[in-house]
Amino acid sequence: MIEVKDLRKSFEDKTVLYDINATFYEGKTNLIIGQSGSGKTVLMKSIIGLITPEEGQVLYDGRDFLSMGIAQKKSLRTELGMLFQGSALFDNETVLGNVMFPLKMFSNMTYAEMKDRAEFCLERVNLQGADYKYPAEISGGMQKRVAIARAIALNPKYLFCDEPNSGLDPKTSILIDELLWDITHEYNITTIINTHDMNSVLGIGENIVFINKGRNEWVGNKDDIFHSDNEALNNFVFATDLFKRIKQAALLMGK
Amino acid sequence: MLRNKYWRIFATFVEKLYVIMLFITSCLQTFGEYALFMRKVLTKPDKWKESLKRYVAEISKLGIDSIPLVIVISLFIGAVCAIQMQINFANPLLPSYTVGLATRDILLLEFSSSILCLILAGKVGSNIASEIGTMRVTEQIDALEIMGINSCNFLVLPKIMALLTFIPVLTIFSMCAGLIGGYFVALMGIIPVSQYIYGIQSYFVEWYVWYAIIKSLFFSVVITSVASFYGYYVKGGALEVGKASTNSVVASSVLILLMDVLLTNLLLQ
Repeated sequence: MIEVKDLRKSFEDKTVLYDINATFYEGKTNLIIGQSGSGKTVLMKSIIGLITPEEGQVLYDGRDFLSMGIAQKKSLRTELGMLFQGSALFDNETVLGNVMFPLKMFSNMTYAEMKDRAEFCLERVNLQGADYKYPAEISGGMQKRVAIARAIALNPKYLFCDEPNSGLDPKTSILIDELLWDITHEYNITTIINTHDMNSVLGIGENIVFINKGRNEWVGNKDDIFHSDNEALNNFVFATDLFKRIKQAALLMGK
Repeated sequence: MLRNKYWRIFATFVEKLYVIMLFITSCLQTFGEYALFMRKVLTKPDKWKESLKRYVAEISKLGIDSIPLVIVISLFIGAVCAIQMQINFANPLLPSYTVGLATRDILLLEFSSSILCLILAGKVGSNIASEIGTMRVTEQIDALEIMGINSCNFLVLPKIMALLTFIPVLTIFSMCAGLIGGYFVALMGIIPVSQYIYGIQSYFVEWYVWYAIIKSLFFSVVITSVASFYGYYVKGGALEVGKASTNSVVASSVLILLMDVLLTNLLLQ
């Protein structure tokens, strides 16, 4: 479980996050949603330590990340996995090399053991036969799957995904969402997904935190969204005619 | 009228002073950032085995891949030097072996260390800055940081060590290729071959070779670290990567020239 308490972040004179409080649960797909520029990426980067907030706490199962020393942070980072928006695969490594990379750096496995583990992870994300291809030689969807395989190679306790569906077609997006949902439940990971894809929100949102103009505006799950009277949330989630109709249909069906 | 004139001169002076102060502040700030960056670079690697592998790969990429360029340029510069010396030393008072002697000393003292490193600042420096810059904008450096890896050390230290250990080889190759270039000119009949050979052997000072190698060692650290620094702190996209690459070449060239003056003064006094 990850708890965020009174998190505040400013860039020069502009405050981006105002006293954010949120809890992200173990074994659940936790979503951070909000419009572009609302502060959700800053929130995620503050949680993982790429940005240092001015105030507040980030507790990883009770361990305050922001007050940790370098050695403690380094140790905790081996428990984190991250899927970046652009996949962030290493260009000079093959698919197999990318997945083996964290194992080479942080495990004492033999080469054969590392290869087995990497192949298992690639199989888990339904990616076979691309082991010796370079990131530039595979599609965007495949790159995302390689990035997921790399993120889970060290059996992380916490998995962070920054807009995992960006740049993907709807069908591949659903596949990635399902994969993240499966992995979260199979390995009991605390997964935090930063997204503004409504299919993801209504598909895998078990715990949703809605950020609006730097403030935590609403917390709930994918079913609660249909009954929410929060205007900003409704304007954001049900912005298109299609989603407005989905909401009407869902309410008529009594969901 | 007169008061206005003095006032304008004073205002211009203050304005110029302000611009100079801004420039000095900016230089000091950049130097501070560079020092902090180097502090992160010069730490114990997270995993020696992986860093060693990268070091070997970097020797191949930065060093061995530069050999053809170094040889071609040195060969031609050596030839041009010999021709220039022949033209300018065409004096009955000077012995004809002076052409070989002067060509050798130009190559040893300046070309094979300083000018070669200026050329490498363009080839190797822009390569490093664009590689690390691209890694920054595509979040590959963030990915390393998230894993708990000291990205500065992991990416930059093998590059610095690789060029530092390989630059003496490039310097020696450059000296040899330059002298061979001069020899080709002699073979073409522009200079007597025997006189050229005698010239390059006359009054040889061994220290000049060490001097060139010592200078190139310093320059290699400047090339790799400055290029890495500019690449590492890129913000934005492809356009900024290109700018960082250009800025790194400009900055390392200026630093090489400054350092050349200092080292020449120190080592040849």
